Amino acid sequence: MAAMRADLKDASLRSVFCQGRFWVSRRRLVKQRNEVVHLENSQYVLEMDNITKEYYGNRVLNGVRLRVKPGEIHALMGENGAGKSTLMNILFGMPVIHSTGGFEGNVKIAGQEVNIDSPVKAMELGIGMVHQEFMLIPGFTVTENIKIGREISTPNLVSRVVGRSMETLDFEAMAADARKALKKIGLQIEEYVKVAGLPVGYMQFIEIAREIDKTGMKLMVFDEPTAVLTESEAARLLEVMKKIASQGIAIIFITHRLDEVMEVADSMTVLRDGEFVAYKEIRDTSAAEIAELMIGRKMEKLVDVSEDHRNLDDNDIAVRFRDYRVDMPGEQVKGVNLDICRGEIFGIGGLAGQGKLGIPNGVMGLYPAEGEVEINGQKLDLSKLGEALRHKIAFVSEDRKAVGLLLDESIERNVVFSAMQTNSKFLKNILGMKFLDTAASRKYAEEMVQLLDIRCTGVKQKTGSLSGGNQQKVCLARALALEPDILFVSEPTRGIDIGAKKLVLEHLTRLNREMGMTVVIVSSELVELRSISDRIAIISDGKLACILNPDDSDANFGLAMAGALEKGGESR
Amino acid sequence: MNGVKSVINKIGLPRIIIVGFFLVLFAGAGYYRMDLAQLMSDILRRWGMYGVLVLAMVPAVQCGIGLNFGISMGIVGGLLGGLIVIQLHISDIPALTAINPLFAQWVAILVAIVIGLILAAGIGYLYGLLLNRVKGSEMTVTTYVGFSIIAFMNIMWMALPFTDGELIFPNAGQGLRPTISLSASYSNVMNNTLALEIGSLTIPTGLLLFFFLMCFLVWLFMRSKAGIAMSAAGENPMFAKASGVHVNKMRVLGTVLSTMVAAVGILVYSQGYGFIQLYNGPMMMGFNSVAAILIGGASPRKARISHVLLGTFLFQGIMALGLPVANQILPEGNLSEVMRLIISNGIIIYALTQAKGGDSRE
Repeated sequence: MAAMRADLKDASLRSVFCQGRFWVSRRRLVKQRNEVVHLENSQYVLEMDNITKEYYGNRVLNGVRLRVKPGEIHALMGENGAGKSTLMNILFGMPVIHSTGGFEGNVKIAGQEVNIDSPVKAMELGIGMVHQEFMLIPGFTVTENIKIGREISTPNLVSRVVGRSMETLDFEAMAADARKALKKIGLQIEEYVKVAGLPVGYMQFIEIAREIDKTGMKLMVFDEPTAVLTESEAARLLEVMKKIASQGIAIIFITHRLDEVMEVADSMTVLRDGEFVAYKEIRDTSAAEIAELMIGRKMEKLVDVSEDHRNLDDNDIAVRFRDYRVDMPGEQVKGVNLDICRGEIFGIGGLAGQGKLGIPNGVMGLYPAEGEVEINGQKLDLSKLGEALRHKIAFVSEDRKAVGLLLDESIERNVVFSAMQTNSKFLKNILGMKFLDTAASRKYAEEMVQLLDIRCTGVKQKTGSLSGGNQQKVCLARALALEPDILFVSEPTRGIDIGAKKLVLEHLTRLNREMGMTVVIVSSELVELRSISDRIAIISDGKLACILNPDDSDANFGLAMAGALEKGGESR
Repeated sequence: MNGVKSVINKIGLPRIIIVGFFLVLFAGAGYYRMDLAQLMSDILRRWGMYGVLVLAMVPAVQCGIGLNFGISMGIVGGLLGGLIVIQLHISDIPALTAINPLFAQWVAILVAIVIGLILAAGIGYLYGLLLNRVKGSEMTVTTYVGFSIIAFMNIMWMALPFTDGELIFPNAGQGLRPTISLSASYSNVMNNTLALEIGSLTIPTGLLLFFFLMCFLVWLFMRSKAGIAMSAAGENPMFAKASGVHVNKMRVLGTVLSTMVAAVGILVYSQGYGFIQLYNGPMMMGFNSVAAILIGGASPRKARISHVLLGTFLFQGIMALGLPVANQILPEGNLSEVMRLIISNGIIIYALTQAKGGDSRE
């Protein structure tokens, strides 16, 4: 515990240091900005007030406000699912918003109330977006990529007859524009090279240059721009952002990285569960405070943990990871060392894309994994498919539809499948061939429907027509049919209603308490991890950030998830 | 209204149209005072003849390679089996004919089937390995593999060292004939076994029993441990993988089975037809089988035995009724052939528009 406190202090010290450094650059910038500010007839370039949005009766944004001043970098923060993307979709007038009944609240651009009902409208109002996936055409030159859709052209003979689309392109004027845009962001690159061969970091900058080149750009949104960049590229990007802001263009910066926010942002808005939590000037706050605002005091424990008669032994290791790496796209694990004790409920948390999901998927052989994994002291051959199953590990996938279920098959077939293939259960031998034992499988499926309260018309119902919560229970039933010693559950409550959530979590606890099953629960919902786990490992950037107790402070969890809290939280 | 809609959804609009068309043809045949019993015999005969070839689609679809246009791979195996048996004169072996000529013929075709199965297993294995390398575009690849093997065998039919006079071109010619009569060996052996005659209606009992037996065997396999694993691998490769099933092995298994069933299928077809057709004869067999199973309600992702039974019956029923009825309406020309092409290709197009894109994810 002491070690952790020291750590926390260290983190806030560091953040103070960051602020200090930031102040220097800030003073310099403010001077340049002043002229721009006076031109605007409002204090804010963007005001969004009382924004409320429902998707099919599910309220994802509730009375949210967002204010951005001209020429400032405004950080928009929140956990996954806090409503950041929905808010940005509203700002851009994305079709997904308007096809689901629009939204409530009003949006003002430079003091003028506007109705943004299409992305084109947003563009006309001077709102730009830098995409996370690069929307560039590799075979085109830098100029062509920057000017695509807004080409400069001159009329010619054919175009007078056929129309504008046949006009001659003015390559020189376009190249000049491209050079100007590139210069604005300080990128030293020839505008005539093809995008195809450029390093990834540059592509992001070309994307930015394209937005800058649009005339009348007032506001740019950077959606987790540093997620795909290396450290030096990210540092450079932050520089470019400052440069853009100094030219009077406001930036909304969406990121999970607290240190980046501390470094470049002027102010920030925190969202949590679709609610507006706080608007703060960065100079008035610290990384620890932001982290706490993001996590927040949520509702109390979801599950009442029944009496605990377990005797956990720290030296009785069920799963041991050493330098464990998994190559799962979007969820890379980059060298994790972790010991999970027999009989405990072990939580693995972290933000999306940080690698927590890669851990169970690699064990099950779904994605290529390397490193050392020991199950009850026996080494697991990660290259062999089904090896984990033979070591009595079962897995409930985070992706019910794509991995967890045969949607076109009956509940019965789904429940018995894994146990049949792995343990040769529910089979009978006829003439040396193994056939499905219909009676046994039906009996077991019916028991499971009873036990887990799966709402269905019968065990012959196709799983594709079940609700999310019931599908999840079918997945769980399939894992239980394997009679595992160790159960990996990945995002067990994703997309299911609160009642089913409680039932699933309670059942996991019961399995642990009554049958002594080691449960490893991977989830992006801290509340549920903290309500049932004994210990929680936070994964950040593919590595173990620290192991926390469920009743550690919110700030610690927040910092750990943002990668600001280093190892040393071992506090059992 | 909703009730009607759900019934239509369940049966599927194309099937309702095809059944309607079948009934119209049947009524038309009645209107022109044709011999309905004889037409019915023809439908039953075709049902059994083509059925096993259509059945070959089931393991292919279930294991995930989709509609196997390349059943010609199995067909050439079956044809070779059939030719070898004629070359060896198995149906003429005195010891066998002494028991019963029909028995000797059965031995001959069963030997042909066994040889065909062995060859098809080998070909199917290689074919399966190929298909594992082209995940996501199996449908196109199977089509062209099917065409290629026919072209390749066109050379082989000329070069293979068969010597029997029944097989090679007459007058000491070189190479195998395009059409080889089976009247001296096992022509109609299945059709004639236990055949029932009720007036002018002939029921080819032996043929249908053999067809049903094959269906039963495939159905049984689909309920075995391996069969269930194979279906799961086809439906959701990631799911299968998470349960420790080797998806690629299962795909090879399905391809091998499909190829083997096709080898049996061509022999069943040949004996019922009375001739073995070489060279470009079996070129379009794959297309007809695909069309038939799709009419029966299968999709490129899911095929059941019931789809085989229903689909073959409807498809061949329309073929059998279409020709005489069309000839009555329009005595000139080959309208029936045109109609066959329209129906079979139309059904394939319809089914492909319904199909989700190939699944190369794993």
